[in-house]
Amino acid sequence: MRAPDTILPLQAEGLGFAAGGVQILRDVTLTIEAGPPTFLIGPNGAGKSVLLRLLHRLLIPTAGRVSWSGLPGEAARRQAMVFQRPVLLRRSVLANVLYPLRLAGLARAERARRAQEGLDLVGLTALAGRPARRLSGGEQQRLALARAAALQPEVLFLDEPCASLDPAATRAVEEIVAALAARGTKIVMTTHDLGQARRLAGDVVFLHRGRVLEHSPAESFFAEPETREAAAFLRGELVW
Amino acid sequence: MHDLSDAVSTALRLVASADPAVVQVVLLSLRVSLTAVAVAALIGLPLGALLAVSRFPGRRPIIVVLNALMGLPPVVAGLLIYLLLSRSGPLGSLGLLFTPAAMVIAQATLITPILAALARQVLEGLWEEYAEQLRSFGAGPWRAVPTLLWDGRFALLTVLLAGFGRASAEVGAVIIVGGNIEGFTRVMTTAIALETSKGDLPLALALGMVLMTIVLAVNALAQGLRDVSARWAG
Ligand SMILES: Nc1ncnc2c1ncn2[C@@H]1O[C@H](COP(=O)(O)OP(=O)(O)OP(=O)(O)O)[C@@H](O)[C@H]1O
Ligand SMILES: [Mg+2]
Repeated sequence: MRAPDTILPLQAEGLGFAAGGVQILRDVTLTIEAGPPTFLIGPNGAGKSVLLRLLHRLLIPTAGRVSWSGLPGEAARRQAMVFQRPVLLRRSVLANVLYPLRLAGLARAERARRAQEGLDLVGLTALAGRPARRLSGGEQQRLALARAAALQPEVLFLDEPCASLDPAATRAVEEIVAALAARGTKIVMTTHDLGQARRLAGDVVFLHRGRVLEHSPAESFFAEPETREAAAFLRGELVW
Repeated sequence: MHDLSDAVSTALRLVASADPAVVQVVLLSLRVSLTAVAVAALIGLPLGALLAVSRFPGRRPIIVVLNALMGLPPVVAGLLIYLLLSRSGPLGSLGLLFTPAAMVIAQATLITPILAALARQVLEGLWEEYAEQLRSFGAGPWRAVPTLLWDGRFALLTVLLAGFGRASAEVGAVIIVGGNIEGFTRVMTTAIALETSKGDLPLALALGMVLMTIVLAVNALAQGLRDVSARWAG
């Protein structure tokens, strides 16, 4: 018997996705377990963002299926995602963090507490009253992270959360990710920063042209990748 | 020539002295058009929002009809409401014809499609942008409607102003169902149309000046709203 209070492991079986006559992902079979962060890496256009959307049920697969454990309906409420391009509401910074907490049905005091914590976490407390869409690109990304983290999801999908962050902010986000992971949040994220993947990843899923070529513990992936493509990618030579 | 300058100076005096006849006509105009906008907003905005987020067979044709109705000639709207409210019409027993209520109904009929069509456009763009993020938060299209109405608030206010501008400037509908009865259903546009032909140029001119001022104010307000909106849209 697995503990009833978890939505993991997350399983993808024979997952495929086609759009506009193009096969974007094919035959992805994957199990994501509780534990340290899982990193999806691979060249531009490999299908990382599409795979995250399929796992998060924002896209409906054209083949195969995604399944979570636990009660049906539970899974959706217990995951959150930060998009590669954050979508912020036309409201203040604080209101952006409060919005999903309200949808989640939390009491007012709890919403205020979590929103405050979330903004503190990413260092945006001083900007709480500003129109969110006037923030800089990096600030917007941190706000999107705070908004998702405040939901305290069991699984958090992060699509290149450090893409436009300066070095200090990148380090801060890495610390947040590590702290969330230590607290028991399952992080599933993409990055193009291999150093970051080495620092944070528990396991690595390597995607290339819509297929999963490798899924291995981070250590062995970086020490001795199994496929030619992964080795070339790590050397900075691949190939998209 | 002499007549004209006389008329202009009399008109200016009427406006400056807040002549009771002028004031009465202006207030009735504002009351009728503002009420019509309120009624049209209650129907048109939710309708536009629902069209923006829902996908059902027949949605396209509805949007085409709505867009076409934006150009509904006021006299046609007036005629339709006249037929409905006239003594032998289906709603004739209400006795509304040639009352301010009939004018409100006619103007609301005229601008509801405008508000719905413009709101649909504004909110559909917003929905396209928000849909994925809102679904990630667990909010489907129905739950999104209040969110979209709020986040689109400045653009929607501009839409309401457009509706008000159209309502307060039209003459065809209110003249048919209102009848320009002095002291009762006479509004700015009908007074201008009819008093001009009767030769009461000063009154027509005075009302024309007030109407122009209102139109200018509405446009200035719309411009201001666009600036505020840009600030929040980033
Ligand atoms: N809705 C869609 N319709 C058609 N093609 C799509 C669609 N979504 C994604 N694609 C294509 O699928 C491929 C994979 O896209 P995806 O965004 O998953 O790449 P990625 O691995 O996240 O790349 P990057 O590292 O640049 O973010 C790309 O070639 C993209 O153009
Ligand atoms: Mg991507």
